[in-house]
Amino acid sequence: MNFPIKTSLRRGMRDGIPIMLGYLAVAFTLGIAARNAGLNAFQAALTSFTNHASAGEYAGLTLIAAKATYLEVAIMEVVVNARYLLMSCALSQKLAPDTSFLHRMLIGYGLTDEVFGISMAQEGYLSPWYSYGAFGVAVAGWTAGSALGVLVGNILPDRAVYALSVGLYGMFLAIIVPPARKNRFLCGLIVVSMAASALFAALPLLSELSEGIRIILLTVLLSAGAALLRPVRDEAEDKEGA
Amino acid sequence: MEHNTYLYILVMAGVTYLIRVLPLTLIRREIKNRFIRSFLYYVPYVTLAVMTFPAILSATASPISGLAALLAGIAAAWFGRSLLQVSVICCAVVFVLELFL
Repeated sequence: MNFPIKTSLRRGMRDGIPIMLGYLAVAFTLGIAARNAGLNAFQAALTSFTNHASAGEYAGLTLIAAKATYLEVAIMEVVVNARYLLMSCALSQKLAPDTSFLHRMLIGYGLTDEVFGISMAQEGYLSPWYSYGAFGVAVAGWTAGSALGVLVGNILPDRAVYALSVGLYGMFLAIIVPPARKNRFLCGLIVVSMAASALFAALPLLSELSEGIRIILLTVLLSAGAALLRPVRDEAEDKEGA
Repeated sequence: MEHNTYLYILVMAGVTYLIRVLPLTLIRREIKNRFIRSFLYYVPYVTLAVMTFPAILSATASPISGLAALLAGIAAAWFGRSLLQVSVICCAVVFVLELFL
């Protein structure tokens, strides 16, 4: 399938701007953690450019600081980042079946929570160029933010960091709320998901699980439940929704 | 064993990349199974909702400003504001509220 490269790229870059701003703030705090783990600005930037996964990086940095083994770090990354496995499965159905191997490898590289969100919100098949545009802009913020966090960690007032980091959640809401407005079932599912998530975070045994594991458990359970209760009807509905 | 920061970074990046890229490259056809299709259709909604709440409450100095940002974000998205607008509205709510909290 052929997509207009320039238009897709430009649209992706436009949608990547709010992600970049949010990333800049979150990566800033990540940079502070990196400095505490003994990394310099270049190493922090390299970590962020190659990993671009906040929870995964925090977990990894904690282990680096503790001088853990490489195997421990590898296992930790699998656990904390396993949700990307699910997202990647979902995204595989959003690509035109004839999308090339190279495109798939590059799209996979740029799969972050936020890029996943806006990619799934596109109509019809996803243009790889849209992903590249969004990821390119977003990862610049993520990488620069991490380096800046190491260099000038405490220069940005806390209030500004808090405010900017909430922007990423705002983005999630902008993705899931509009389709829910037209679809009562989806609306209920989102409410149930948030409630279950709060419950999991509060209950004694469950709250001890890492956040990554909780996200996967809830996603698998609730999506499977929803699929049983309300199977998606046909292609048309699928495209209109996600 | 002497630990090398660059090897650590390489391990982290390699594992994370494999997780992200395997399904995308292995699942190359449209899945026909209705249950799996439906399951994957719901995944983004559930996972983004789960990641947003209750995490948004602890992303700010006070849970009240986080909650206010959540409600403002839902309202803005409900009334069709764009990605950027919703995002900025959430930031603004926190920024202003935390002047007083």
